[in-house]
Amino acid sequence: MNIVVLMKQTVDTEAKIVLNSDGKIDTNGVTLVINPLDEYAIEEALRIKERLGGEVTIVTLGGDQATAAVRSALAMGADKAVQINDPALGEVDEGMAATILAKAVQTLPHDIVLAGVMDTDNGSAQVAVRMAEKMELPSISSVTKLDIDESLATAKRVIDGGLATLEVTLPAVITVVQGINEVRYPSVAGIMKAKKKPLTVLKLSDLGLDASNLAVQAKVLKFTLPIPRQGGKKLPGEPAEAASLLARLLREEAKVL
Amino acid sequence: MPKGIWIFVEQAAGKIRKISFELLSQGRKIADQTGEPLVAVIIGEKVANLAKEAAEYGADKVYLLDSPQLAQYTTGAYTSVLTKLLRNEEPQAFLMGHTALAKDLAPRLAQRLGVGLASDIIDIEVNQEKFLLFKRPVFTGSAFSFVEILTKPLLATVRAKSFVASEPDPTRQAEVIEVAAEIDPGDLKVILKDVALIVTSRPALTEADIVISGGRGMKAKENFTILEDLADVVGAAVGASRAAVDSGWIDNQFQVGQTGSIVAPTLYIACGISGAIQHIAGMGASKVIIAINKDPDAPIFNVADYGIVGDLFEVVPLLTEEFKKLVNE
Ligand SMILES: Cc1cc2nc3c(=O)[nH]c(=O)nc-3n(C[C@H](O)[C@H](O)[C@H](O)COP(=O)(O)OP(=O)(O)OC[C@H]3O[C@@H](n4cnc5c(N)ncnc54)[C@H](O)[C@@H]3O)c2cc1C
Ligand SMILES: Nc1ncnc2c1ncn2[C@@H]1O[C@H](COP(=O)(O)O)[C@@H](O)[C@H]1O
Repeated sequence: MNIVVLMKQTVDTEAKIVLNSDGKIDTNGVTLVINPLDEYAIEEALRIKERLGGEVTIVTLGGDQATAAVRSALAMGADKAVQINDPALGEVDEGMAATILAKAVQTLPHDIVLAGVMDTDNGSAQVAVRMAEKMELPSISSVTKLDIDESLATAKRVIDGGLATLEVTLPAVITVVQGINEVRYPSVAGIMKAKKKPLTVLKLSDLGLDASNLAVQAKVLKFTLPIPRQGGKKLPGEPAEAASLLARLLREEAKVL
Repeated sequence: MPKGIWIFVEQAAGKIRKISFELLSQGRKIADQTGEPLVAVIIGEKVANLAKEAAEYGADKVYLLDSPQLAQYTTGAYTSVLTKLLRNEEPQAFLMGHTALAKDLAPRLAQRLGVGLASDIIDIEVNQEKFLLFKRPVFTGSAFSFVEILTKPLLATVRAKSFVASEPDPTRQAEVIEVAAEIDPGDLKVILKDVALIVTSRPALTEADIVISGGRGMKAKENFTILEDLADVVGAAVGASRAAVDSGWIDNQFQVGQTGSIVAPTLYIACGISGAIQHIAGMGASKVIIAINKDPDAPIFNVADYGIVGDLFEVVPLLTEEFKKLVNE
């Protein structure tokens, strides 16, 4: 089974976000990690490989710093990686990312492509499904359980209020949610081995693409920071008094009950 | 010639979802500002009766795609019929709720139409050139981005409770246009085998006016009954932190937070939840937040309007009694 995993490096969700003088997100000094939802995709890929054999290839689109995330994915157990890193790329929107990733995945044997449902930086939940469309592959999103029997994949997908069971003949793109598995930690041996695993770095031209032909369709005009919510009052007294005061405040002051 | 602000009216089991009423109401305001018609799209089987309701919430025109093949949502069938409709009619904007359905449908549709998509937006700025600017939370809610879509139709998915549903006007009428559902066979590669819905008498997390959540402080699965008792007094939904979900005390789909449901009820009660950033990303937009926690320094108090420092096993049952009194007043 040739398994490809789309992985993005993201900012640690705990990081304090500030804007630089250009009004952009300042990533200086923030911890960068594998997008937590992509970790589930990597874990699922490794489990499929353990069951059925095959190879796990990580594909990422990102700058020099993203190599660290690639090495972490290889340390978890992935076999090899492809990183598209081209300084000619400026702002990349979801459609562009999908176009580039599609080209890269097309160069690889792929029976199944796994991805996170969204990246925690951008929260857009678009790139993997867009890539599927670009490659004319079927996709199943938000999968919480995945079974593969020869070339048939059966997936449980989270829907509003429950679960849907879907079937698809591979190749297909599957996006996963938290809960599908528990992610392993890389072992020391895994970290050592990762250093020697093949990482191919590609420019857009290697994929037959040209930055000037890739246009942003969803343009970020500016970023702002939220005004932090103010903590209110802690209600005094014994639990019974506090509970009674709270009920009264909710009715009379907050007017929500 | 402007072709309107279009709203995807999402239905489940023949009932329009709350988010769609919110979108129709806000869409009506936008359409009035830009001088365009408000158009609803309804997809399903035997859903013709929903057109009237869409009209009451502001639609001037309703496109109806009613077919047994559309009885249940599948990515392929919905993409197929919507692509044809949007290509033919060329609306200015097509807005959907950021539901599980649209999270799957919208990127597929956007890519097929070859257009940009602003997902999970929380506000829409209408500017003079009839151009809509979309505000969206990014970086776990630690920042907002303002996105301009440079292609038409402007596609966006909207987070629940970002807009308020207005009162329906029973005298409003809409022109109803039935569209034949033509589905490309190539779009039927994924086969839906089964849909299992969790049966509950409580409202959906994202739709509820009151959400009561429990965290690691709940200590055991069976203790969630004290939250359920409180919830049932006021018709609330019950949610949980990831720690409670990971402990196996409550099903995954009740998780509130960045990787769970994002909720914005009028009242959110956090019981035994510390207030991690990823949890706050999922409930920080609630109107009023209450925290019940025995640790006075728990970060949840920094976002709570009212806090009770105490043992939740003592406080929650007392609160249930107090709420009962209020409800009976
Ligand atoms: C990428 C990523 C995504 C995540 N997504 C989510 C998400 O979507 N949702 C989410 O919730 N978390 C999420 N998390 C996890 C998050 O970081 C926290 O670990 C989690 O929210 C903690 O849950 P908790 O507050 O219930 O537990 P804890 O942090 O352990 O807090 C328990 C609290 O209960 C209090 N307590 C204990 N006993 C009592 C008692 N008897 N009475 C009153 N109070 C009591 C304690 O004082 C404490 O404050 C995510 C983490 C990551 C890294
Ligand atoms: N730059 C990228 N490189 C590799 N994979 C990506 C990239 N951006 C997004 N993805 C994949 O697409 C998923 C959805 O991302 P997004 O649409 O950005 O929320 C992520 O979880 C990744 O698996």
